[in-house]
Parts: sequence; structure tokens; C-alpha cells
Amino acid sequence: MEMNEYLDVFIEESKEHIQSLNDQLLLLEKDPENLDIVSEIFRSAHTLKGMSATMGFQDLAELTHIMENVLDAVRNHQLTLTPEIIDVVFNAVDALESMVLDIIDGGEGKKDVSDLIKQLEAIENGELVGETKSVHPATSSINTTINVNQDLDQFELAVLQQSQEKGFKNYQITVQLQETCLLKAARVYMVFEILEQIGEVIKSTPTVTELEDENFEYDFSVILVANDTPEAIQQKVMKVSEIDQVQINEVELGNQSTTDVSEEVTPQKGKEEDTSKKEASKSQLTSKTIRVNIERLDALMNLFEELVIDRGRLEQISSSLRDNELQETVEHMSRISGDLQNIILNMRMVPIDQVFNRFPRMVRQLAKDLDKKIDLQIYGADTELDRTVIDEIGDPLVHLIRNALDHGIETPDVRKQKGKPEEGILKLNAYHSGNHVFIEISDNGAGIDRDKVVNKAISNGVITQEQGQTYTDNQVYQLILESGFSTADKISDISGRGVGLDVVKNTIESLGGSITIDSTFNEGSTFLIQLPLTLSIISVMLTEVQEEKYAIPLSSIIETAIVHKKDIMRAHNKQVIDFRGKVVPLVSLQHVFDVPGEPNDEEYYSVVIIRQGDKMAGLIVDTFIGQHEVVLKSLGNYLTDIFAISGATILGDGQVALIVDTNALIK
Amino acid sequence: MAEVTTEYLKSIVFQLNDEEYAMPVDLVGSIERMMHITRIPGAAPFVKGVLNLRGVVTPIIDLRTRFGFESVDYSESTRTIIIHHNNMDVGLIVDAAYDVIDIPKDRLEPAPEIVGSVSIEYIDGVAKHDDRLLILLNIDKVLADEALASKTAFQDKQV
Repeated sequence: MEMNEYLDVFIEESKEHIQSLNDQLLLLEKDPENLDIVSEIFRSAHTLKGMSATMGFQDLAELTHIMENVLDAVRNHQLTLTPEIIDVVFNAVDALESMVLDIIDGGEGKKDVSDLIKQLEAIENGELVGETKSVHPATSSINTTINVNQDLDQFELAVLQQSQEKGFKNYQITVQLQETCLLKAARVYMVFEILEQIGEVIKSTPTVTELEDENFEYDFSVILVANDTPEAIQQKVMKVSEIDQVQINEVELGNQSTTDVSEEVTPQKGKEEDTSKKEASKSQLTSKTIRVNIERLDALMNLFEELVIDRGRLEQISSSLRDNELQETVEHMSRISGDLQNIILNMRMVPIDQVFNRFPRMVRQLAKDLDKKIDLQIYGADTELDRTVIDEIGDPLVHLIRNALDHGIETPDVRKQKGKPEEGILKLNAYHSGNHVFIEISDNGAGIDRDKVVNKAISNGVITQEQGQTYTDNQVYQLILESGFSTADKISDISGRGVGLDVVKNTIESLGGSITIDSTFNEGSTFLIQLPLTLSIISVMLTEVQEEKYAIPLSSIIETAIVHKKDIMRAHNKQVIDFRGKVVPLVSLQHVFDVPGEPNDEEYYSVVIIRQGDKMAGLIVDTFIGQHEVVLKSLGNYLTDIFAISGATILGDGQVALIVDTNALIK
Repeated sequence: MAEVTTEYLKSIVFQLNDEEYAMPVDLVGSIERMMHITRIPGAAPFVKGVLNLRGVVTPIIDLRTRFGFESVDYSESTRTIIIHHNNMDVGLIVDAAYDVIDIPKDRLEPAPEIVGSVSIEYIDGVAKHDDRLLILLNIDKVLADEALASKTAFQDKQV
């Protein structure tokens, strides 16, 4: 049962480590000489190995172990990195990832990794001629001196060697507890306490965690580095009661040549420093952050949403009662809950890096598959977005990137012919602007062929011949986001099946965002995605149309205006006004939403000026009620595709008000 | 299939246009009195709108309009039956809802060509129970509407 608790932590951390493995490997690929990176990878692999072994995921542990060996060989200059080796390690990381995914899905993380292990072993052995000898005989010499059935990894071996160099002695101590012993874990703890006073425990079999869980029979063995004589140690350990016998063997590391050892020692020191540094930074981190289950945050958010609704209600009551004390209290409460809201919303903000971080790996693979040279540049990965948005935006981005790689950037030959550098650039850029987050995906590839798109659209019956001639470039580019549209001449399994970009568009629009395309033929294209910062609580302008209330998101409002009837002009059979020198079309909400009731015939119109990109429109309403913070709720699965309504919210009086989708009204 | 033990279908019985209808009780989340309903512009005519069901925005279908009956003013006995089906929460407005009964499954009969006034496509079958004729509604069909094109429901239907 308790395993589950650990499992969550394990999964989270394994994901982080695998991500870091991927990141570092990519760096290493660019800079194979940099041993710091190798050390970083080694550390991640090592931690992962430890964790998975503790959790009992053997395949995972085994694969990381052998991977670690290869890395260690690299780090100790016994092996030179080649692209082939990096590929194999990448494959290994992939396998690790799929195992972790299996574990997340409730599986046991099992996978046949023997091939990969063989490959890795081949790398480790095949290239390790000569110098390997220094390590391997050492292992076997241990095996002969004592029956060490546990496999000491390189790190442990190195520590033992080092301590031997410094004149310490290495002991293998086997402790047998009495079979009547009741509190095995307690005894083990006492033994460890004594051993740690004498020297340093390098390794224990079974592992410390297993020992603590009393997950062993009656004996366990440890490897200890100490200065005392075996007899002294034995005496001290025997002082713990309920111990049957203590067996101490000295571990001989065999005849290492001094040069070899010194070679081993130097990187070792560096590594130990690194580890301690890492531990220091880790402890710093733990003191500042805690892991919270996302479900708890969601629960908190839901509760807070209820509170926001009640707050609205209280504000209404207090303003109608006009009681000073009540008003003060309610105002104070509103301020506090406003602060609380900021904190909660910020808590849910995560850097977009969480989505971006998988792209380098993906682009590398795609570039290989497609035989293209790609330079992926990522900017603004620390831009923060609400988690709900982050969760949804991954797939559309993957799609757009695949699209850019497949259709955008040309093959090196073609690029050369066009006089461009062989390596294409794919740029990912995220930034905040106002209440929105923008994500830009641009490539310097082929761009969009206007004629091709127009012809395709005409042949698909999306537009007519005349439309094809009158459409602006931007309108044409927007066409490729329509469903059933693929201009790729050949269909590949990467993109171009004609399903896709419309899905991207739908997803983004369902998030309350929008996507625009800018492109120059033969110079490249830019896809610009605009997203709201958060999806849960938004500021709206509440308006009334006859008896019905509509909420207009504040983020799309420029201002409100009272317009005299005589200022309304007609153009193309549409009502327009002159708003600060611009012609702005008017839209009557009563008309759009078929609100029952006589249209009002007053001298003045209340107009909300909204904006979408560089387009504007004026919405005619009856009354402005005021600005409110509301909780965005969906209309549910039953009502989908309601025109110009993006959702609903619950007002203070418990009624539902609809939220206007201003984007739909501007088009 | 002549089983000795009779299986029962626990059903909610409700009234619509002076006829009695039934639907499985496990679909039903709750039965509510009439609340304020917010109209949804552009939705199908039988979708009355949405209401706030304890913080959840729930769409409401008027069964009278759905089945083409003449609409009447809501009265004291008018109820909204909230059902949960295919991951959707939907409320159904009925004239009255008053009973939960066990219908023996072997008493269920396929719908005859003409039963009451509801078009046959919405009906799963009929059952006679203590001199009452109960009409079993097919919720999938009641909820489904091409104009609504609720994608999930549509796919489910095709399977």
C-alpha cells in the first residue's frame, strides 16, 4: 500500500531524470568532448538506477546500470564518444522512457532490453581494450578473495580503491541476526550506527531501504571502509544484542598498477565534489519547494471558484443593504480573496518549458528521418502559462513543428539550389503580452505557395474561383487550417494526411486562443498562436440585453462607448461607426443571439468595442452592468458548437450567464 | 432463457402529456424543482437552456418540445430529471415525476407500432405494470440530434 506513495514520487522523479538525460545527451552530441556533461548524464542515470532498483523495477535498473558503465568509461577516458554510441544511448533512454510510461499506466515496467544491453555491453567491451583490464581483473580479484555476490559498480570500486590507497582497509562484514530477533530493523539500525562510527559504509546487501522494511531473512552484509582491526569491529558490532554472529573479511582489490589508480582517482575527486555540490543545491531546493499533487491544486481551485461565486453574491447583497459595516467587511473580504486568487493562479502556472523540453529530441529524430539539417532555436522557455493550457497545447505544437519540418524546411540539396544555407532554422518563441501568451513557430523554409493553396481550395470546393483571386495572402494562408486540406505533394507518415492543421486550429480555439499564419514564399512561414494566460477565472464586462445577461471577456475589450444614433453610418449594408478615426462595424447582440423582446429605440446605443488582432467591432448591448471576476465553466459535452458562446459562468445570484466568444463575432 | 428468478429494472416513472414514461434509475442523478434557466441562443429548439446545478452548468431539454407535444406553462409539479449519460449531464423537463418501481424484465415488450403519441424511434419498449402502461425511453435517441452533433454521442451511436 505504502509503495503507492513512493511510486508517485518515483514516477515524477524518473520523468525528470529521463528528461535531463535527453537534454544532456543533446548537448553532448553537440559537444562530445565535454566531460562535465557526461558526468551530469552519469549522475542522472545513477540516481535513476538507484531509484528503480529500490522500487524493484529490475529491467529499468539493469539497463541504467549498463548505460552507466558506458558513461563511466567515457568519463574516465577509456572510451571515446562516437555518434553511434550516442545513438545507442539515446535508444536506451527511449527504452527507459517507455518502461517508465508503462509503470505510469500501472504496468510493471517490464521490457525486453537484452538487445540494448548487448549493444551497450559491446560498446563497453569492444572499445575498452587494454584499459579494461585494469577494471575487470579487479572485479574478479574481489570475487576470489571474498564471495562478494553483489556487483560493485564502478563508483563503489573506485571508492574502495581510493581508500585502499590512503591506507584504509576495506571489509566485507556479514551480520547474522538471531532467528528469534523481533525488531530486525531496529537491530540493523544499531549495527549501522556502530559501523558508521568506525568508518564508512559503502554498500549494503540487501539495500538500506530493504533492510529498513525488514525485507530480508536474518543476515545482511555491508562493505565498510575503516581503520580498525577486524577483531575490534567484530567486538563492537557484537555489543548489539540478538546478533548471532559477525563475519569479517578483508576486501583485497587486487594488484592494480599505480598509474591506473591515479588515473581513476583524479576524475573521482571531481565527481565527489560534484555530488556534494549537487546535494547541497538539492537540499536548498527542497527547503524552498514542495511537490503537491496536481489534484489537490485542482481541488483548491474548485473550492476557490465556489468562493468567488459567493463573493459575487455577497457583494450584491451588501450593495443592496447599504449597511456600512457589512460593506466594509465585504470589501475587505473581496480584497483578500483577490490576493488569494492571484496566489492560487500563480501556483498553477508552469513554465512552457515543460512542453518545449521534449522538442529538441523530437526535432533531432525527425531531422534524421527526413534527412534534413535543422537548427532548433528555443526562446522564452521560462514563459509561464496556466497548467490547463499547458496540458492542451502540447499536441498542437507537435503538429505544427512536424509540419514545419516536413513541409516547411527543404532538404539540404534543395536549399543549396535556392542559395540558402543547408541547415534550416526552426524557431520556437514564447512570450507574454498583456493578458495573453504568444507562441511563435517560424521556419526559414519554403513558405506557403499561394497559388497551390488557392488551386487546392478551389478544387476542394472550399472557395470559388473569384474568391481565390480576391483573397488576401493572409486569408489564403488561413485556408490551410481548414479541414481536409493538405498541400503536400507526397504524403509522408510525419504529416500531410490532410487531417491535422484543422485539429490544431480547433484545439487552440477551444482554449480561447487563435492562430495566424504569416509566410513569404521561399523565405519561410511563421505560425503565431495567441493563448489566454489562464482558463479558469477571467475578468469580464457584464452586460444586459433585454432580460438576458452576457459576459464579454475584458481581455478583448478596448473600451466602452455611448454612441448617438445619428453617428451610426451604413456601409455595405452594415452599420458602422467612426471610432477614433477607424471605421468599426457594429454588431447587435440582440440580433446575433435572437434575444426575445422589442429592439430598444433609444437615442443612444451602449457599445462595447472589442478587438481581435487588428480587427475591431462594436457590440451593441442595452446596459453595462459592470466588471466582474467570473469563473469560466464549460457548457458541458452535450452543447458543443454554440455560435459565439465560449462558455458560461455562474453569477452571484446563482443564475448562469453566457460568455461571448468575441472572436466569432469579429469574423 | 427461462430463468426462475426474475430480474427487475428499477425505473423512475414520470408523466408527460398524460402518459407515463420510465427510464432506468441508475441514469438519474437527481430530480429538481424548476430553477432559473438561461437560454442558449442558437441551440436546438428543444434545448431550453442551461441551469446552475450546484455549481455545474447543466443543459436542459424540454421533453414536451422534444417529442413535439404542445408546450404548457410550468406548474408546481413540473420537475427536471438530471441524468448522467455518456459523460454528459443533461436535465429533462417533465410534467411530473413521482415514482420508482421495479419492472420485471420479462414484462418488457418491444414497442408496438403506435404507442401513445411519442414517435417510435425514441422508445425502447413498453411494460404493463399494475394496469399501467409504461413507455421506456431510449435516452440515446432522446439526446441525439444531428443539429447538435454532439460528437461523442454520435460516435457511440455508430459503434
